[in-house]
Amino acid sequence: MYKIIEKTQLADKIYRMEIEAPDIVKNRKPGQFIILQVEETYGERIPLTMADANPEKGTITIIFQTVGQTTLLLEKKEAGDLLPHLLGPLGKPTHIRKVGTVVCVGGGIGIAPLYPIARAMKEIGNRVIVINGARSRDLVILKDEIDAFADEQIVCTDDGSFGRKGVVTIPLKELCEQGNIDEVIAIGPPIMMKFCAATTLPYKVPTVVSLNTIMVDGTGMCGGCRVTVGGQTKFVCVDGPEFDGHQVDFENMMLRLGAYKEHEEKAAHKCKINSR
Amino acid sequence: MSFKSEDLLRQEAIQILTGLNGTELKIKDKMKIPLQEMPSQDPEIRRNNMQEVALGYTKEQARVEALRCLDCKTKPCIKGCPVAIDIPGFIMAIAKDDLHKSMAVLNEATLLPAICGRVCPQEKQCQAFCTLGKSLKDPGKAVSIGRLERYIADWARRNSLDTLPEIAPETGKKVAVIGSGPAGLSCAADLRRAGHKVTIYEALHKTGGVMVYGIPEFRLPKAIVEKEINRLERMGVEIRTDCLVSKTKTIDDLLNKDKYDALFIGSGAGLPRFLKLEGENLIGVFSANEYLTRSNLMRAYDDQKAATPLYRGDKVAVLGGGNVAMDSARTAIRLGSKEVHLIYRRSEAELPARLEEIEHAKEEGVIFHFLKAPKSIKGNEKGRVIGLETLDCILGEPDDSGRRRPVIQEDSARIMDMDVVIIAIGNDSNPLIKQTTPDLETNKWGNIIADENCKTSMEKVWAGGDIVLGAATVILAMGQGRTAAASINKYLS
Repeated sequence: MYKIIEKTQLADKIYRMEIEAPDIVKNRKPGQFIILQVEETYGERIPLTMADANPEKGTITIIFQTVGQTTLLLEKKEAGDLLPHLLGPLGKPTHIRKVGTVVCVGGGIGIAPLYPIARAMKEIGNRVIVINGARSRDLVILKDEIDAFADEQIVCTDDGSFGRKGVVTIPLKELCEQGNIDEVIAIGPPIMMKFCAATTLPYKVPTVVSLNTIMVDGTGMCGGCRVTVGGQTKFVCVDGPEFDGHQVDFENMMLRLGAYKEHEEKAAHKCKINSR
Repeated sequence: MSFKSEDLLRQEAIQILTGLNGTELKIKDKMKIPLQEMPSQDPEIRRNNMQEVALGYTKEQARVEALRCLDCKTKPCIKGCPVAIDIPGFIMAIAKDDLHKSMAVLNEATLLPAICGRVCPQEKQCQAFCTLGKSLKDPGKAVSIGRLERYIADWARRNSLDTLPEIAPETGKKVAVIGSGPAGLSCAADLRRAGHKVTIYEALHKTGGVMVYGIPEFRLPKAIVEKEINRLERMGVEIRTDCLVSKTKTIDDLLNKDKYDALFIGSGAGLPRFLKLEGENLIGVFSANEYLTRSNLMRAYDDQKAATPLYRGDKVAVLGGGNVAMDSARTAIRLGSKEVHLIYRRSEAELPARLEEIEHAKEEGVIFHFLKAPKSIKGNEKGRVIGLETLDCILGEPDDSGRRRPVIQEDSARIMDMDVVIIAIGNDSNPLIKQTTPDLETNKWGNIIADENCKTSMEKVWAGGDIVLGAATVILAMGQGRTAAASINKYLS
């Protein structure tokens, strides 16, 4: 069992949770994820990214958005509650190395896993520019935490209620135009990652994306998370989650993410009725 | 074969026993006793439920079947058993109505008789060598060793006679076992019996490995697996789930930080093979591992309770011909698919699945297509499967496996309407332990190289089961687990 140490609401439907997981902390590196289960017998296993870890306390921090049945159950858990299962750290860590200038683009909840990566990129000596995108002002997260280390942070909101108005690809394109960008790391909704990759392609800026596909075991056993990268089938759980954004078949990935849409809608509906 | 109810089979057995009337049986009398059929759920009923298909022999049937054993001097069946059970010993005890003795004989050699009695490919192992089968010139008429093994194990379990084996005094040595499948469990049991402290590390949230995520409830009830694992815990084996060795802890961590005196890796095959077909990543295409894991481990067959969804289709194609393909097809039948098609490249004679599974699949309505190879999978504009393109094959010369090689006939392409395609063509070895343990030698397929004692190239590290053998069977994995345990026990003494 894994104890929730602290829970904070960051924005509408967005929560931060610190969970006791001493074994996961030991080998965890930026870019990796966990699989979590909220209910023992009939619960589902869902992959979630890690936003931080505290080796002294033996805790990991997740930031999640309530989108489906399992996150809705997770939202109801409070500090002191126990989670039956937590597996990790999964996936390959981000290749943290000194390249020069790195632009880290995070959209929505994607800013959470991006945060430890951007910080590690800074710590190793890169110049780090973070583009922090959200739909509106109240959904912008981790701004202060990023300001604490980043050389520059560009916040943009779709509705212009905070920072620049518009999508993340606008400042990304400007930065590419200016030149001297050595790497882009984009984490967010698939459509955002797709357009980030399309934006950087003409400038030939290496672009890493971190994929969050449907998974069951997270250990390579089921292949449900597979994506097409450069014409080849790759498993996000063991080969990823990070891939060359210019090689990922986002169309297929986005279709696959919708495989259980009907079921999810029904389940979410049932969940909401039950929680009334 | 017409369906006979459990009661009818029992009545027939009673008649036979009455006819024999306790007389001393000569070989020719024994040869005349008919093979006892396994009672099963009616196919029409069972195709709508997940409960176990084979119900197990009745007491009378077990007795009749046991009386068929010739108790021959050469005992070739024992050589066919990967764990060398004294087969005539436990069967003759049933014939003499001494079930306690029969269980004791099984206990000497096997840890998991209730499981092996159900899932071992006996017709390729012990029963293939049976003298009775040879005398009757029909290996299909061999003594039903597996069914009798199951009968005794179930009897012992029902009567709570599955006692704990004796455990040697604590040695102070500790051993880590990676994976809680058949290899890991049998290895852990033998290590613990020798008095070592044993911890099993399991990556998933449930223990049992392939017996829990892969083999469906209707073939191997999960309660039986749980009971066997519970027995290990009562013996003092510690089990830690949610620990993926290679990620949560590396082999190096276990040896150097946690100071284990020895390690056994039984992590299984666990990386599904795909066919590199066009359309393979469409929605509705699954590895058998995923399909079965969703249904079995995550209980998605129970869509009222389970949170994990399962993609259901009216027309399902299963590619492959092994036990996993049968399990997938029979699961699809139970999930309410209207048509389930099994597509196999060779002919029926080459099907690698157990005979019983093939028969059960047919009875339940799985449609078999032999000598057909998949060419591509067709999808609609939403990326969902709508069809499977196949090509005809003919059988050519035997290949390395000794089976005749399928030769594709060009210009024979045909599209079958399908909503779901399940790929059940086997597994490659999981790369994770290899990636994080550079000192561990593996072959070109990524399987860990181990010697006849299951010892690997690394000091203090043994390995067995599918991670060494490639995709094999529960009993072979169990056999390797025991071989490794014997070698570890020797090393630690």
